[in-house]
Amino acid sequence: MALIDLGKKEVHCKIVYYGAGRCGKTTNLLYIYNAMSDNDRGKMLTIDTKGDRTLFFDLLPLNLGKISGFDIRIQLYTVPGQVMYEATRKLVLKGVDGLVFVADPLKVRQERNIESLDDLRRNVADHGLDLKEMPLVLQYNKRDLCDTPVPTLTVAELEHDLNQEYKVPGFEAIATKGPGVFETLKEISKRTVNYVANKHLFSK
Amino acid sequence: MILTAETVDAVKSIVNDKLISENVQTVLVIDGAGNILAHCGQDTDGLDAISLAALTAANFGATSQIAKLIGENDFSLLYHKGEKANIHFARLGGEMILVSIFGDDVSLGLVRVRVDEIAEDINKIFEQ
Repeated sequence: MALIDLGKKEVHCKIVYYGAGRCGKTTNLLYIYNAMSDNDRGKMLTIDTKGDRTLFFDLLPLNLGKISGFDIRIQLYTVPGQVMYEATRKLVLKGVDGLVFVADPLKVRQERNIESLDDLRRNVADHGLDLKEMPLVLQYNKRDLCDTPVPTLTVAELEHDLNQEYKVPGFEAIATKGPGVFETLKEISKRTVNYVANKHLFSK
Repeated sequence: MILTAETVDAVKSIVNDKLISENVQTVLVIDGAGNILAHCGQDTDGLDAISLAALTAANFGATSQIAKLIGENDFSLLYHKGEKANIHFARLGGEMILVSIFGDDVSLGLVRVRVDEIAEDINKIFEQ
């Protein structure tokens, strides 16, 4: 649930990076954290296990400048991708305003991607939200693996698996190196701020 | 949620009067999604309020699942004692959570009584 503070003229939005385990959600946040200046980012909070897998969530607060006199403050969250942490994912989705679904291109993860997107749809529905009506962007991560012998999915195959129903923008990315990371962030931020403004400010 | 300056000032006034005046160092009022609605008391250097609010909301979510395992619907308060600083979390009803950070010079009993006293008033302000 976005917070609009009329006193401080601030809009706070929550964007969650979702996807199957090891797809690169935390890597996206780390790249953004390292690329932004101290003035535009807060402290990054990570709760992970010994194996570097996210246990609870990662949080990265960002300042994205002003729109119509309001400071736009975004909080980026990730969820633990492993199937067994469904309850935790549901908790992190509480109050979500925008979503990035990060897809893994490995052919062996094809089913996991589809299951994870279905899990997302169910979990937002449990919070009374409809994924089709929410700001959503897909990110096809790890595109650098396509140049290796590892069997990977093409963008067309990923679109077919994940984006037939939603028809939202999809970005090719390499989160470890940067391509596509800020394009994804820019698009989801724009969509989320529009959604929050239309829902809470302009509908009054 | 849309927050006006009047709402925040009214909440801060109650918190300052009942908790900060009794030497409670810092009080945050947050919502279930981890947004900070009001921040009172010392702006303690090094206190990362955004992380604290996010973890508090998540912690309440996790402990409410523990509550269900033992047949309770929810736990209305949580308390952690440190060597120098202590932290008390109370659900104000609905989605609001009040976080109080205080030292050993303030008794837990006093914090609990005062939080109970102001919970309803703060809820009413947010409901308006």
